[in-house]
Amino acid sequence: MERVAIVGIGQTKHEARKKEVNFAELVYEAVNNALKDAGIGIGEIDNVVTTCNDFWDGRTISSMATGDVSGARGKNVSVVEGDGTFGAFYGLTRILSGAYGTTLVTAYSKGSESIPYLITNAAFDPIYMRSLGLDLVTACALQARRYMKRYGITEEECALVAVKNRGNALANPNAHQGMKITVEEVMRSPKIAEPLKAFDLSPVSDGACCIILAREDRAKKMSPRPAWVKGVSFCADAYLLGDRDLSECRALEKAAQAAYRMAGVQKPREEIDVAEIHDAFTYQELLWTEGLGFCGPGEGGKLVARGATAKSGELPVNPSGGLLGAHPVIAAGLIRIAEAARQLRGDAGGMQVKEDVRLALAHGVNGVCGQSHCVWILGRN
Amino acid sequence: MGKRVAIVGTGQTHHRSVRRDVNGQELIHEAAVRALQDAALTIRDVDGVVIGNMDHFEGINYVDCWSIDGSGGYLKPTIKLTTGGTTGATLAIAGYHMVASGMFEKLLVIGWEKNSESDTTGAISTCADPIIERQIVAGAISGLALEAQAYMHRYGATPKDAARVSVRDRRHACNNPYAQLRGEITIEDVLNSPKLADPLRLLDMCPRSDGACAVIFASEDVAEKICPAPAWVLATANRHMYSDYTDVVEMSSLLSMVEASRELWKKLNIREPLKEVDVIELYQPYSWAGLIWIEDMGLCKKGEGPRLLWDGVTDMGGELPINPSGGVVATNPIGATGLIRCAEVALQIQGKAGAKQVPDVKLGVATGFGGNWWTDMLALGKKKPL
Repeated sequence: MERVAIVGIGQTKHEARKKEVNFAELVYEAVNNALKDAGIGIGEIDNVVTTCNDFWDGRTISSMATGDVSGARGKNVSVVEGDGTFGAFYGLTRILSGAYGTTLVTAYSKGSESIPYLITNAAFDPIYMRSLGLDLVTACALQARRYMKRYGITEEECALVAVKNRGNALANPNAHQGMKITVEEVMRSPKIAEPLKAFDLSPVSDGACCIILAREDRAKKMSPRPAWVKGVSFCADAYLLGDRDLSECRALEKAAQAAYRMAGVQKPREEIDVAEIHDAFTYQELLWTEGLGFCGPGEGGKLVARGATAKSGELPVNPSGGLLGAHPVIAAGLIRIAEAARQLRGDAGGMQVKEDVRLALAHGVNGVCGQSHCVWILGRN
Repeated sequence: MGKRVAIVGTGQTHHRSVRRDVNGQELIHEAAVRALQDAALTIRDVDGVVIGNMDHFEGINYVDCWSIDGSGGYLKPTIKLTTGGTTGATLAIAGYHMVASGMFEKLLVIGWEKNSESDTTGAISTCADPIIERQIVAGAISGLALEAQAYMHRYGATPKDAARVSVRDRRHACNNPYAQLRGEITIEDVLNSPKLADPLRLLDMCPRSDGACAVIFASEDVAEKICPAPAWVLATANRHMYSDYTDVVEMSSLLSMVEASRELWKKLNIREPLKEVDVIELYQPYSWAGLIWIEDMGLCKKGEGPRLLWDGVTDMGGELPINPSGGVVATNPIGATGLIRCAEVALQIQGKAGAKQVPDVKLGVATGFGGNWWTDMLALGKKKPL
């Protein structure tokens, strides 16, 4: 397989409400930051993939808003709907196909202009499920309960994730909810949907992210420290919640195994130096660390409790603060890729887990309760 | 260099204005099963699913996730793309690139729409910028009427010229068992049908349909084993030129078609598309596009489209038949429409088009139109590319 690297990354500062910019202006900032990071002009971009979601934007053909500002004019362009990791995947295949040498990928959301309850309620079956009032939060509360009950995971263990990631976010200049909190404060935060409390939920942020992928020959002329794509895969599970055991994540396991195989990773826990994963809820970070093979089933709680996933731990998870630090919905996974690349380059500043990061993992999710997962393995060499 | 890619199977639903007998997942399932049967494959043979539609027609969010039971994407890579009317063609282009990348050997690509469950014009109107344009842009028809007006003004074409396009496609649709509107119409029928937005009348316009289409893309490693005569993807090109309606300054031609077709012909080393292309399935949402856009893709000079039509050049039996399937004015399940164009061209290449068959097709072109005057194009051929 042709080698492809991430040669440029750009983000906006992610905030609760970016009143001063519209979708296009939001993306424009991230695109310019990525071009600057790669040290290239838009002329060196061969093709563009934007990522969008009509529901979150309240707009049909929402990609209309961000094509121009992603530099798509006069170029071949496409649009993936879903998490940014999936958009980046298509961008990668457009290079691997031999058609293009570089792909610019963008993703964004303005949570402040959205009504998350209605938007995620629309993900449920319109006849049988939607009128029950299910949305992302209540469905994930069901998943949290099933997972906690099956394995004896405690609310305190989940709270540790909130403390860790929001603490990590303090070192992230783009994050929106960096804060020093305690387990007690998480436990005392208002109940949203049993067993989830306010601090167990990621915020819904305004923000954008852009990455630039390049084929080896082009990459070498751009970034001095490219982050190489070593493995990537994605996989979807059954749709109806009742068709799944929500304490398992078979789709994630399958995606991770395929990505590991491609990257030649045999012992993920030992070989991967840092992971940026889709922690929309605290319990999900625990569950996903199991699906990714960082620990056995039901051991996610113990993993965080003994500090293994702390910034200074043996396998730091979400040193950027993850989604709990900032969650511009559609951009969430693309930001994970950007942060993983930053760790490999060694320029993650206060978020840097160690000097010598060789292998990093990034992860994104589509749908409710982690129905569909995309896993990326990036390497320094 | 990537893998060469071919289409090895296609399937369509029977398209209707309302398919009350199925829900969305069942509609998708119908097309997917037919494509698998056509390729003599089972869902187990498929490595992944690419699916697309336009969210606000059915009001279902995360369609890639919702559609699993119909698409067969369970525990497979499943990804959604959407670009408005171009969605179907965008999906085909994605199917090509993803298989060419070597990451998939066989990919099931599905476009679908159940427009009967939507307020089509209401949904389309929300594509305009909410602050500046949404109050003045109403659905697809008014924008297309502007194009027709500008073209009439500049080149002196008449509504009768446009009516000839509808007459052609509706006649062709009589050969297509899957088409929604099967029944010949006359020039007079078109000119006497209700006026929608000057100069457009009802029979100038596409309907909206319930329907799905599925296409299986396979890599060169397996394509010829699956299918003795696969349709090879030779080239793709697209342009999504504009963000806002007010960006569109030249209305008498489709600039995205001008640029995308120029790139496509260059990749194919084609100088005279009218002579070198054997069949075109044009995403033609209204009759006038059958005049204006064939000029923009270089089949003739600007202003000469009507002559081509009246001379029968684009009819079945003509030098370059356009829309042997009856095209979009006969059938339009929007998210599937562009993919149907691709599937129909594949059938032509494979010699499996039945009563629609154009003799000896070696090279065919499928297009998609949508978004804000956007164009997506694919060329398929009989001969394996070098």
